[in-house]
Amino acid sequence: MLSKLKVPLEKQKVMPVNGDEAVAYAVKQCLVDVVAAYPITPQTIIVERFSEFVANGEVKTQYVPVESEHSAMSACIGAAAAGARAFTSTSSQGLALMWENLYIASGFRLPIVMAVVNRALSAPINIHCDHSDAYGMRDSGWIQLFVENSQEAYDTTIQAFKIAENPEVQLPVAVNLDGFFLSHTLENVYMLPEEEVHEFLGGYRKPVKTYIDYLNREVEYKLDPASPLSIGPLDLYDYYFEHKMPQVEAMKRAGDVVRGVNEEWYELTGRSYGDGVIDSYAVEDADAVIVVLGSSAGTMKYVASVMRRKGFKVGVVRLRMFRPFPFNEVKDLLKGVKAVGVMDRGLSFGSYGPLYLEINTALYYSRERPLLVNYIYGLGGRDLSPAMAEEVFIDLINTAKLGEVKEYLKFIGVRS
Amino acid sequence: MIEVRWYARAGQGAWTASNLLAMAAVIDGKYVQSFPAFGPERSGAPMFAFTRVSSEPILVHSMIYEPGVVVVLDHTLISSRDTAAGLKNGGVLVLNYSGSIEKLYEMLGVSRGLYKVYVAPATELAMELLKRPITSTAMLGALVKATNIVSMDAVVKALKERFPSPLAERNIELVKRAFEKTVEV
Repeated sequence: MLSKLKVPLEKQKVMPVNGDEAVAYAVKQCLVDVVAAYPITPQTIIVERFSEFVANGEVKTQYVPVESEHSAMSACIGAAAAGARAFTSTSSQGLALMWENLYIASGFRLPIVMAVVNRALSAPINIHCDHSDAYGMRDSGWIQLFVENSQEAYDTTIQAFKIAENPEVQLPVAVNLDGFFLSHTLENVYMLPEEEVHEFLGGYRKPVKTYIDYLNREVEYKLDPASPLSIGPLDLYDYYFEHKMPQVEAMKRAGDVVRGVNEEWYELTGRSYGDGVIDSYAVEDADAVIVVLGSSAGTMKYVASVMRRKGFKVGVVRLRMFRPFPFNEVKDLLKGVKAVGVMDRGLSFGSYGPLYLEINTALYYSRERPLLVNYIYGLGGRDLSPAMAEEVFIDLINTAKLGEVKEYLKFIGVRS
Repeated sequence: MIEVRWYARAGQGAWTASNLLAMAAVIDGKYVQSFPAFGPERSGAPMFAFTRVSSEPILVHSMIYEPGVVVVLDHTLISSRDTAAGLKNGGVLVLNYSGSIEKLYEMLGVSRGLYKVYVAPATELAMELLKRPITSTAMLGALVKATNIVSMDAVVKALKERFPSPLAERNIELVKRAFEKTVEV
């Protein structure tokens, strides 16, 4: 199987880099026209490293250091609307400041890629890992992918451009990597020769063609004085609703595109992440299954493997894609499991964790629903130790034995 | 999988040492993780860094609670409270220390034979060769002597990648001198 790979492992360069650098190297290889970023806290090493590539003449990218994250997203929107391949990265408050522009990027159907290094939101001030920032952009119309390690951060950043620019999708993509646990952790990352990445992406971005009635021809969907068109004009109750429906449809198609790109990546590199959408571990015969996002999935899989050797039937479902949410796949996968624990690194105050709510919705249509518990963990960077992970599994196994849920919402690793 | 905990004062280069160990292990064909106990660093404040080295891909993404090896870069951090905390029985302690061994065991508060204890006069060597008390590379040399996690060849290659000349050569000499001077006590 391995001999059939287009770029076998020995032709990939292994580099010891952290998650941020892995993303920066990926962006370097993606023929990105414009990178716009606010260069001060809570910015990441991603653009710091990338600005060095620009300064050294290693890339031809136009690097725009702007005065805020709001402007960073605005600049990406402008660049992408003019047909450019655009990238930015941010974190926590920076992502919060971009909020209104996130909706414009997706509403304009611009294939911008953004790395989100997941960190807590103030107050209190905190710079550590938390998924609250990503959960805050849940409804903004972006595709949201979460990675488990630095290798996947590299791979997924490249894939994100291909997913975003697919004519069936044409939506912005956020690549989420855990603050510090990935962003500042040095790991082995296998990188492709640059020309292989260029070929994978089909060269520079080519905007999709669209039929314009007043020109009576197909033109590239971009701002170009030679074939003028408007992007995002006033659109009231007469058409706004209709113009939102293509976004609904594009999201429906995105899952298959993510899966397809994952498969293509496997043929190219030998690496794949589950089916691209869901990466599950030992779920088939499991009585107790944990559903989780990001780097904690690795810790849960490790603990599950240790517990399996002791005879506990436990498994892990890592959702690689949070938006669009794979409801049917989750429903099928968790069918027959006795107890499911959903781990959220963030919560909606006055409600549950956002991931739990999705899983709950997915399972509602099952005839035999698993018992379901929401575990809130790791807020503000609190470490999820293997011992803590084992406690969660044990609690879930006990829930399965008991046959009912006593407490639906539990907080893990917090002092009373 | 081998798990190493580095204990130092911020500014002494524990994260650099951890990264160098990881880089050397990658050169040796291993899988690695290297990360600090994350915090806004204040120079001189006690801090941890962690390294994992394995022949298999590493799944776990948490801090290290039960290390097999502990390296201490600053002798003032040697104490019975936390130096050997969580260290596995038979684990390895590599300490920047020169002085009475009797007193060392008293400070550590552990009986002889519980761990393999190695000491290196890292501060003296760093002052001699770098003219400053940055003990990270010296303690990396001590670690190479005390364990077989990485080869000296790989460490030398990693230093050449990480530092420009002549800093690389000075640190290579420091690593080798520290290797020679490290003894089990």
